[in-house]
Amino acid sequence: MRVERVISDENDSFPVGMRVLAVDDDPTCLLLLETLLTKCKYNVTTTSQAITALKMLRENKNKFDLVISDVHMPDMDGFKLLELVGLEMDLPVIMLSANGDTKLVMEGITHGACDYLLKPVRIEELQNIWQHVIRRKKFDRKDRDGSGSQDKPYIDSSEAAGLGNVDHNGKFNKKRKDQNEDEDEERDENGHDNEDLSTQKKPRVVWSVELHRKFVAAVNQLGIEKAVPKKILELMNVENLTRENVASHLQKFRLYLKRISCVANQQANMAAALGSVDSTHLRMGTMNGLGNFHTLAGPDQIHNAAFRSFQHSGVLRRLNTPAGVGISGLPSSGLVQLSPVQNLGNTSTYQRKLQSFVIPGNHNANILQGMPMSLEFYQLQNNRAASHVGQFPSVDNTTVLPVSSISGSLIDAGCSNSPLLGVTSNSLLLEGSSQLPTLHASNLRDSVSGFPNRSTLSDFTSIAPASNQLHGSKADIQDQAFPISCNAGKIISSAPQDWNAPKKDAPYQSNVPSCSINSLRAVNGDMAQLGQCLDQNNPIFNRNVGFDFVDPLSIKCSEGENLAMEPSVIEKEGYLMVQPSRQGIYIPDNEGENFAMEPSVIEKEGYLIVQPRRQGSYIPGNLGSLEDLASAMTKQDHDKGKPTDGDFGYNDYSLRTCI
Amino acid sequence: MDFVNQLQRKFIDYSSSLHREGIVDDQFTQLRKLEDENSPHFVMEVASLFFEDCEKLINNMAIALEQKQGVDFKQIDECIHQLKGSSSSIGALRVKNACIAFRSFSDGQNREGCLRCLQQLSHEYSLLKNKLQTLFRVSVASRCLYVCLVIFCRGNEHAEPFPDVLVFQLEKQIVAAGGSIPRVH
Repeated sequence: MRVERVISDENDSFPVGMRVLAVDDDPTCLLLLETLLTKCKYNVTTTSQAITALKMLRENKNKFDLVISDVHMPDMDGFKLLELVGLEMDLPVIMLSANGDTKLVMEGITHGACDYLLKPVRIEELQNIWQHVIRRKKFDRKDRDGSGSQDKPYIDSSEAAGLGNVDHNGKFNKKRKDQNEDEDEERDENGHDNEDLSTQKKPRVVWSVELHRKFVAAVNQLGIEKAVPKKILELMNVENLTRENVASHLQKFRLYLKRISCVANQQANMAAALGSVDSTHLRMGTMNGLGNFHTLAGPDQIHNAAFRSFQHSGVLRRLNTPAGVGISGLPSSGLVQLSPVQNLGNTSTYQRKLQSFVIPGNHNANILQGMPMSLEFYQLQNNRAASHVGQFPSVDNTTVLPVSSISGSLIDAGCSNSPLLGVTSNSLLLEGSSQLPTLHASNLRDSVSGFPNRSTLSDFTSIAPASNQLHGSKADIQDQAFPISCNAGKIISSAPQDWNAPKKDAPYQSNVPSCSINSLRAVNGDMAQLGQCLDQNNPIFNRNVGFDFVDPLSIKCSEGENLAMEPSVIEKEGYLMVQPSRQGIYIPDNEGENFAMEPSVIEKEGYLIVQPRRQGSYIPGNLGSLEDLASAMTKQDHDKGKPTDGDFGYNDYSLRTCI
Repeated sequence: MDFVNQLQRKFIDYSSSLHREGIVDDQFTQLRKLEDENSPHFVMEVASLFFEDCEKLINNMAIALEQKQGVDFKQIDECIHQLKGSSSSIGALRVKNACIAFRSFSDGQNREGCLRCLQQLSHEYSLLKNKLQTLFRVSVASRCLYVCLVIFCRGNEHAEPFPDVLVFQLEKQIVAAGGSIPRVH
């Protein structure tokens, strides 16, 4: 058992330098979060993967003070991460989400989040998050610094009653205070006073695998109904562990059991419904789930079910010792793992369970007397010879690989509901939750490559007079170095596509033309001059679009449209956007007007080209050199890597020939 | 100098027009405020990340909607959710609203509606990207211009005096317009 005493070095200037771990798969949000947190003078570490976050946290439990995590992440559900962090490291966790549904927030609370923030997150909200760290420290201190366990019958009964109670540690403390003798309280408080609260961090009890195993063994031995902290503590016989530590851990544990029982209930229901499961399963499911958990009414039923599960898992444990590290952790870990399953919805939950049942069910019917969940978990683990999926610190955390092979094997097992299979692996294994999206996404990707329709999006021109030209140009364009631009082109191309759709029978949606056209019309502003251009634009657009992507350089002055080079220039720059060649008109005498025109033109056309550089061509000669310099610097600044000379040359050329 | 003034004015006008048209909202202003000497290109960085992300998500959704054997609305839902999160973080108001509208179609598993929404979303995104890029360029251009002018002034002691007063004015204008002054020494 590890009781770590950490001398905090930042308490004097707290919350400055508070160490926050930020987890979010969205890079935009992550960067924003990091910047905001840095502005609040916290010490920020970021990662986009929950698995990495867990690894970091496990490496050194005292490396962070607070964790902020997104709810929706591909590799692991945010709530699952939340639970794990709460259970293993007992750090305050703040959830973050774009979705503020009451249900979701409630789930966050149930899983133990100390706060729930909505995106976009504002700096004001982040400035106060340090309170959660302090609050937890204070409660933990009270929790752990108790001088020892006193036999308080009413406390025990309150704990038993507290089964159905999702009280936080703090509340439990309050209850304790209410029911305790005063002397106990006073002793604790004296203990507090004597300590130097402000400069010393409390010794934090870390529930390691070893410790938890003892805990579970003790609870098993006592029986879940009779498991009271004092007795558990005696059985565990661990130094420096107080009754309060055990009590709070027990509370958490019971929470998990309850959650598992909910899952088991659903599972059993569905198992019965589907009837494709081994009869033993069904029976077990019925016993475990339907009968007792159906309404989750009354602590007794829960006790029974949990107890039974416990007993069985105990049996399981003995039977399956070679299964690897942390087997003893199986029951609880199985429990823990399963609890987040609920997050994914009831229907899929049961189906997932079912899937996982099917596979192990074929093998060991008798072992199924135990907790089905832990069993299947064991089965899977057995196959993998992997330790428990990162549930406890000592367990190997590199379980992503086994997970993927597990999901692979699940799929190979040929279960009928293949989409659910992925979900199964998702639910069963902690880190396995990464697999479904991965698999799915990779499937998509694979299908994408060969998918003919994809070209509709990728096509840069809607004009299909010569589709081979299009494909050719597409290839050219795609060869260019700017993935972003290319992608933008893909997306943007839909606009011209649609623009021409009515005429050209384009394969893409025909609804969009109305959208783009409307938007074009809507943007009027002071574009009176452009009005005339627009009317003439259609044919011009068509032509330009076609020409643009066929061969930019060859467009040159075919129709005396010198500024057709503009589009080519643009295209060279990787914008792949159509420029209304009418911009040739935009060489008014007044340079100021150019600027006015510039962005608005682009806007009016509804295309996405930004060609401020062309502004250079509109500037009369005396500033020409300055503009060159500025443009060159701009180019470099943006690091587009385009051939600067060529571009600029075009601009100049077009300017001079047009004027 | 007049040219530079106009540049600044355009920048301010353009920036306010973005807000007026609802293309960006207050969150974007907050983002701009976060930019300082420690993170001089913060807004551009965030915007670039957002563009990448958005394109990827839009493409994924398009692909998902094209699936002949059945559209995975759950995946689309996830994409929308993520896009909504990132667009609201950057302050892209219209994109975010498009996402919200999209969501209702995706919840209703309405493929046609989704396709329409995707188009709309794609359009909004394009618009945003265009505008932001213009904004960035003007902002960068003004910075570069300032640098050039400074160089010009410094290296031009013999020429007709280019009053340092003007340089300071220019600096103020640039800052007022929301740009930042690179420290040139």
